[in-house]
Amino acid sequence: MWLFFHKLGSPKYFYDLSGKFLPWFGGLTLILMLLGSYWGLVVAPADYQQGDSYRIIYIHVPAAWMSLFVYIVMASAGAIGLIWKMKMADVVASCSAPLGAAFTFLALVTGSLWGKPMWGTYWVWDARLTSELILLFLYLGFMGLEAAIDDKRTAANACAVLALVGVVNIPIIHYSVEWWNTLHQGSTVARVDKPAMDVNMLIPLLIMWFAFMFYYGTTLFMRARNEVLYRERDTAWVKEMVTE
Amino acid sequence: MGLLPKHAHRRKKLGLIVMMVMGVGVAVGMVTMALKENINLFFSPSQVLAGEAPKDHTFRIGGMVRTGSVRRSNHNLEVAFEVTDTAKNLPVVFTGILPDLFREGQGIVAQGKLGPNGTFIASEVLAKHDENYMPPEAGEAIKNAQKIQATLKE
Repeated sequence: MWLFFHKLGSPKYFYDLSGKFLPWFGGLTLILMLLGSYWGLVVAPADYQQGDSYRIIYIHVPAAWMSLFVYIVMASAGAIGLIWKMKMADVVASCSAPLGAAFTFLALVTGSLWGKPMWGTYWVWDARLTSELILLFLYLGFMGLEAAIDDKRTAANACAVLALVGVVNIPIIHYSVEWWNTLHQGSTVARVDKPAMDVNMLIPLLIMWFAFMFYYGTTLFMRARNEVLYRERDTAWVKEMVTE
Repeated sequence: MGLLPKHAHRRKKLGLIVMMVMGVGVAVGMVTMALKENINLFFSPSQVLAGEAPKDHTFRIGGMVRTGSVRRSNHNLEVAFEVTDTAKNLPVVFTGILPDLFREGQGIVAQGKLGPNGTFIASEVLAKHDENYMPPEAGEAIKNAQKIQATLKE
């Protein structure tokens, strides 16, 4: 296990391996996205109260889950970079931040568009919405801090500390609807008893979630490969590849 | 432990990171606990009737619209209903357009002030959606089952 970990830390090994996975990830993203969209928008039944308006859930919920997941990946990569000084961990953290920010933004916007017809307002300062907005600011802060420091190693260390401090927000977002009374409803899927959702609505939601996961994997690999080439531009293997 | 870093300085760093994350967690936990009342979006009818809600000040109340309590005016948009948390009921009046999801038995959050006679005068009413999603037929079936249960009890 340690051997694989160390090998993955090598930029060249990562570059070769990710190149093999990339077309598969991209293809799966496309297939799952089409399947999930068709199932969710056409096949799944309308909701007993919200009618067709609930269908925004197929973008909103996967985006919100990804906003948390990407943050955990980013903070873990940050910790690995701090402890093992691993170049690849810095790259993963740095490339995840804009993707996580995009997912968070998407979750906030789709939620807001749904909120107007359903709740009667675009925005309310309840615990769930506020903590998700703080998550967006954490991502933006990460990106700003990184851009402000010229040296890549120093920037990665500073950003990793910021990401780790912000980890405390993740359980707050998840449990906000239980700890405090909020306008946002409780969890439908991630709960102790079975999901409070009809199976025919739940399956496309899970498919869309997988599609978002693979989308993240695909874009992360694409960004990370670019970043690796840039950071390793003075090494022999990159020069060799470019001149070929 | 095979999973811990092998070098002492790396173990130390790992320890520092764990301590930092836990320290921030405890600090934020204490702050949010101290601010619990401010983070909560609304007061329940029981809290309002116990005098916990601010007087002469706008605040929000939340709860279910009590079944059978909604009365609409015939000549304007005024609507009166009661909000319940199943223990206590609070009368509410509101003039304006209600959200689509507003109906009896549905959760709402209303912003406004407590009037002199103990009625909550709302300036905004929001519908609180619950976490259940099902096709209309399933919703019908549950309603019918509840009706049968209610008649059996009587």
